[in-house]
Amino acid sequence: MSYIVRRLLYMIPTILGVALLVFFLFSVAGEDPVRIALGSHASPEAIAALEAKWGLDRPLHMQFLGFLGQIVTFDYGESFISGEPLSDMFAEGAVVSLSLTLPPFVIGQVLFVSLSILIAYYRDSWLDRFATAGTVMTMSVSYLVYIIAFQYILAYQLELFPIRGYASGLEGLQYLVLPSLIILVVSIGPNVRIYRTVFLDEMNADYVRTARAKGVGEAGVLFKHVLKNAMIPILTYTVVAIPFLILGSFLMERYFSLPGVGDLLISAINNGDFPVLKGLTMYIAIAYSVFNLLTDIAYAYVDPRVQLN
Amino acid sequence: MSEYQSESLGQRALRQLLKKKFVVFCFAIIALYLFIAFLGVIGLLPDYQERVAAPYQPPSLGFATLLGTDIFGRSVLYKILAGTQTAMTIGFLVTAISVPVGVALGALSGFYGGKVDAFIVWLYTVIVSVPYILMVIAISYVLGKGLVAICIAMGALGWVGLCRLTRGEFLKHRDREYVMASRLLGASDMRIIFIHILPNVIHLAIITASLRILGAIKSEVILTYLGVGIQDGSSWGTMISDASGELVQGIWWPLTGVAAAMFVIIYALNVAGDALRDALDPKLLD
Repeated sequence: MSYIVRRLLYMIPTILGVALLVFFLFSVAGEDPVRIALGSHASPEAIAALEAKWGLDRPLHMQFLGFLGQIVTFDYGESFISGEPLSDMFAEGAVVSLSLTLPPFVIGQVLFVSLSILIAYYRDSWLDRFATAGTVMTMSVSYLVYIIAFQYILAYQLELFPIRGYASGLEGLQYLVLPSLIILVVSIGPNVRIYRTVFLDEMNADYVRTARAKGVGEAGVLFKHVLKNAMIPILTYTVVAIPFLILGSFLMERYFSLPGVGDLLISAINNGDFPVLKGLTMYIAIAYSVFNLLTDIAYAYVDPRVQLN
Repeated sequence: MSEYQSESLGQRALRQLLKKKFVVFCFAIIALYLFIAFLGVIGLLPDYQERVAAPYQPPSLGFATLLGTDIFGRSVLYKILAGTQTAMTIGFLVTAISVPVGVALGALSGFYGGKVDAFIVWLYTVIVSVPYILMVIAISYVLGKGLVAICIAMGALGWVGLCRLTRGEFLKHRDREYVMASRLLGASDMRIIFIHILPNVIHLAIITASLRILGAIKSEVILTYLGVGIQDGSSWGTMISDASGELVQGIWWPLTGVAAAMFVIIYALNVAGDALRDALDPKLLD
């Protein structure tokens, strides 16, 4: 318990660092939001009025203090462009992003573990060699090439899915299948490659030799002993990826015009929409810190050898 | 046994690498791409902006039209060659920035511990808490977009993984007998770090470098699609971005050509990286 409290306290300097980075990077990066909102021929009075309204006329350190206040209260204000409260934008975007990334993530974990166990079981056979060569090959194709090829074949030629776009509610689901499928396909190679190494490492461990010596069959060794132990490193890879599921995928959302968090962020950079940029980034950074802590706690929970201190 | 003992780690690694013909072949491919990039640097590559035939001609015999032409009648092959120069420049520039930074910060962090370590760990925890692509885009904006901007942005963020690895190794090494012995002999900190410990961990930098190059080449395509990459036509990213509209018109050759060129170098770098890891540090996971 005292460990958790201490870790939560450690999060403060991290969050402060992210706030500093995000604030200064996005204050100088991106376009000038006032100029975008009013056009380049606006009168100086109109510019000054809008800057005052958005609080951009305050000195930078005062703006930063205001931003810290927003972080503490979890209220990041409204978007410069749409005037929507940020919490609403984040909630709406997160639903789209999670619908996009969660299915391939869940299906993926089951698929990666099954495939890697199979490959590890038949290690050094033609299947293993084929799979190893295959993973490297699939990892060598550009993400964007996958997107273009899948969209062209499955959506354009076979007309199985809409080409791109989005609709809210259940109707939106049909637009999400193709991008989700691409995310799943692209993630098979790198993950199976890592999981295979994890399983092979465990198979060379001493406890496997002990189990074999006392007469446990190969399947029993794999599912009773190796799988349980391999879950520890796999858990680590898995949990840290979860906060980035909320982020969705910059490329996928941009390409298929899906209004997820990634798409909101890219639009915000192009429009100089500071509240959106700062707010969404802070949401993600805090989620990332919390999930990192959860990983360590889960780690100690599944592996009694790990001590939290 | 004695002949093996007389071999250094580097010699043994080299012998292992040369034993596999396919690995040697992949290194030759990397060398070929580097040679093309070098030709571009000294201005010997054909001008990709020159009109060589009618627009959108499918591949035909003849050097310039071997892979067909694009919307302006420019040679797809020449564009791919010019893109090779860009890709290799990005790969090596990003690596040249991120690898030394990663090694230096990891070494300082692991060797000194205490406040230095706390600061460096804080720094990379902050960096990994913000989505990578978002940071690269933001930094590229600050630096005015384009080739050098995205290289600096990727380089400034790409050191974290190697820094962690190096830090861990330095933590292990700093209390070993050989370090204590050289300290007793009066060696300075810098001498211990660079002359004594660094050779024991430098293989991590070599392995990471091969992966960093291909990571940077792949990222360039994504960044260009998202609008902060190379602004003129001499990059694979621009070519692939353009291809999605061309494909539905039945124009398949620009995408096929550039995807193949990119696949070959990424595949060769992947195989080379794996081989380097197997030869230098088989226990290391991705």
